[in-house]
Order: sequence, then C-alpha cells, then structure tokens
Amino acid sequence: MNERLINILLESFPKIFLQGILITIPLTLVSFALALVIAMICAMIQVANVKWLKPFVRFYIWIVRGTPLLVQLYLIYFGLPDLGIVLPALPCAVMVFALNEGAYCAETMRAAIESVPQGQLEAGYCVGMSYMQIMRRIVLPQAFRTAFPPLSNSLISMVKDTSLAANITVMEMFMQAQRIAGRTYEHLALYAETALIYLIFCTVFTKLQRMGEKKLNTLSGGSSIRA
Amino acid sequence: MLEVKGLKKTFDNNEVLKGVDLRLGKGDVLAVLGPSGSGKTTMLRCLNFLERADEGALTFLGAEHDMPSMKPKQIAEYRRHTAFVFQSFNLFLNKTAIQNVTEGLTVARRMPKAEARERAERALIEVGLEGKFDSRPNELSGGQQQRVAIARAIAADPDVIFFDEPTSALDPELIGGVLDVIRSLAEEGRTMIVVTHEISFARNAASRVMFMDGGRVLADESAHEFFEEQKLPRIQAFLNKIEREI
Repeated sequence: MNERLINILLESFPKIFLQGILITIPLTLVSFALALVIAMICAMIQVANVKWLKPFVRFYIWIVRGTPLLVQLYLIYFGLPDLGIVLPALPCAVMVFALNEGAYCAETMRAAIESVPQGQLEAGYCVGMSYMQIMRRIVLPQAFRTAFPPLSNSLISMVKDTSLAANITVMEMFMQAQRIAGRTYEHLALYAETALIYLIFCTVFTKLQRMGEKKLNTLSGGSSIRA
Repeated sequence: MLEVKGLKKTFDNNEVLKGVDLRLGKGDVLAVLGPSGSGKTTMLRCLNFLERADEGALTFLGAEHDMPSMKPKQIAEYRRHTAFVFQSFNLFLNKTAIQNVTEGLTVARRMPKAEARERAERALIEVGLEGKFDSRPNELSGGQQQRVAIARAIAADPDVIFFDEPTSALDPELIGGVLDVIRSLAEEGRTMIVVTHEISFARNAASRVMFMDGGRVLADESAHEFFEEQKLPRIQAFLNKIEREI
C-alpha cells in the first residue's frame, strides 16, 4: 500500500467513526426505542383483541411490510412537501425508521406473547388478578425473554439500514464515506473501511445481546436447551 | 355455601353440560367422578368462569348470580373467594415458588408484603416445601410444582377450592404425596370440589361423590352410599372397570 492511501484511511477513519457515534448510533437507538413503543401498542391491541383498533393495526403492518424502506423514506421526505408538509431530514428519518421497524417488531412481540401458555393467563385469573395485571407481571416478562433475540436481530439490522438515510441528506456514516470517496477516488478502500466500522458497531450490539440473554436466563430460571 | 342450578355449556354444537345442579355446604369435600368426556372438567372450569356457562344460576355466599351475564368485576370478586388447582399446575414460570404464592395476595388482594410473605411461608411449609421457597418451577418435580400450586390456592384462605384432576399429570410415584396434601386439607375442614380419577382418594377423603356421564349428573350422594350401596348399573360397571385396572 502506498503512503497516500494509508494517510487517507487514517484521516477518514475518525471522521467516519465520529459520524457513526454522532448520527448513526443515536439515530438507530432513538428510532428503535420509538419502534418498540409502537410495536408494544400494536401487539397488545392484537393480543387483547381490541376489535375497533385491530383493523388499523393490521393495515399499518400490511402497508409497511409490503413496501421498501427506501421508498418509504423518499415518500415522506421528498413526497410530503408536495402536500405542504416539509420535515427536516433527521426527524424524517427517525419517523420512517421507527414506523418501519415498529411494524416488524409488532409481529415479533405478538408471536412472543402468543407463545406464553394459556394456562399462565388462567392461573392469573384464578388467583384474582386482572387481565392487565397478568399481562404486566406474568405474560410480558415471559414473552420478553422469547422476543429478545429476534428484537436484537432487528436492532442490528437497523444499524445498517440507517445508511439509507444518506439518500435523504442525513449526514451519517455512509454519507461521510461517500463524500471522502468522491473527493479522493479511493472507493474500494473507503467503502471497505466503512463496512469495517459498521461491523465494529454491530459486534458491540451482538456482545450486548449475549450479555442480555444471559441476564434474562438467570432471571427467568434458565430455560434454554443445552447440548 | 355454593349452589349451582341448571348449568349448561355447548362447544360448537356439542352440548357438554346438559343441566348440572350442584350444592356444596361448608366443609364439604365433593369428589367428581366419571368417564373421560363426561363434562367434569368443563363443569369445574365453568364454576370458576374459565369457561363461560351458557345457562346457569350461581348462589355464592348468599348472593344469586346469572352465570352467563356476570360482569368481569363480579367474577374477579368471586374468584378472590375461590381457588383453582390445575391438572398441569400452571405455576407462573417467571416466579419463584414463594412468589407464586404471594402474587395473588399482594397484587390481587393488596395485602402488605410482609403479611403475604408470612402466609406464603406457612402455606409452603404446610405442603411440605420448606426448603424450596426460592426454587423456580423448572427446578421442581411435577409433584413439588403441584404442591406449590396447592400452597398458592390455600394461602388466600378461600371459601372453596376447585381441583381439576390434580394428579393426572404426575408420575405414579409422585401421586401419593400430592393426594396426602389434599387429604389433609379435607381433614382441616376446607370446602373443596375435586375432579379426579383416583377412586381410592374419593373413597377415603371425600364426604360426597358426584358421578357424571354425558353432561349429566347420574349420582350425587355420600361417599358411603356411592361406594358401598351403589344401585345404578352404569356406575357399578364404571367402578368395576376401574378397580380391575388397578
């Protein structure tokens, strides 16, 4: 490798990494937190069978899962201004990511709640608890253990999906890398470097997932299969 | 204390209960026998509103209720006076043994934590689990889990306890221990309905025996009359068949 290339890599690494810390990770975490709130509400509406709200939830999940994330970003950022609704790029990205991931996580949570045996609900009723008490204290803690790995999966996917926000002018990691690559013409090196930085972030989240699962296993008495 | 009249329940055109009457006085131990599919379990589940009866009048602690139209609040209140022990235990899987017992006391009955803890300890000791307070359900044998479930049932000192085939899911060598616990509850004078296949338990521990077949009550009489002076050929055949299998 020549000296110029090494210098470009050394200079660009902190710049790209910094955009990751400043934009990509906060964008991921805020969007994901909102997605979990949306998912929780949608899952509960379906599980508790709230008749008049359920069709809206199914419709929302149908639309979101049936259309590409990139198209959703364009629709909100470039499309809504035609109706006079202009949103700044970053809030717009948060909104689209939260709504998008919310639909997927809603299904994850619904499945996890439905996997808790019916007997848990019946036992709760029989000791005199209300539906909401049983949900909060018995069913959801068990469902959360089941949902944790797939939800972690979604979170890790989202770290990478935020690179799409570059398309709507959000100055995140990938956009930073594109700019440096455009200036230096070192595409292979720059995008390989960017991929490596995404890998670093995702590795951290993967480690956190492992730790979280261990913690949850001790809390729920360790029901995992061991070879 | 508890009286039900004309209990009916249909599942998709299949009439499982065709009008069941039942009367329970304080301290009664009623064993409910009958072949599979006779409606025993459905009756018990209707009695605690795990299934909603299509018809039926319930009189409990002096108040009469129409079972199909009872409001969730009334049902919750009624359930705080009753307890249910399931065939498959249904312990709260995310709670320890003692938390399984205190949960209904602190959450549903708003009992102070210390008092609930004390009651739960007493109940667990009564069922012979003094060393297992902090064990999780998956660390306990089936028999131990069922005894935790019984402790959960008695801790709130309910007016009546419903047992739904409490030993049917247990390994043979664990059945005796659980039946001993239920028998000692009977001797304490607790009011209970026990749906069971354990004929010897019904013979020794029950004050009354009810026999169901095809969604109807064929007999409801004292244990002595039922076993020693049985006149109905249908029931004699049932008892003979079971005794031959033992």
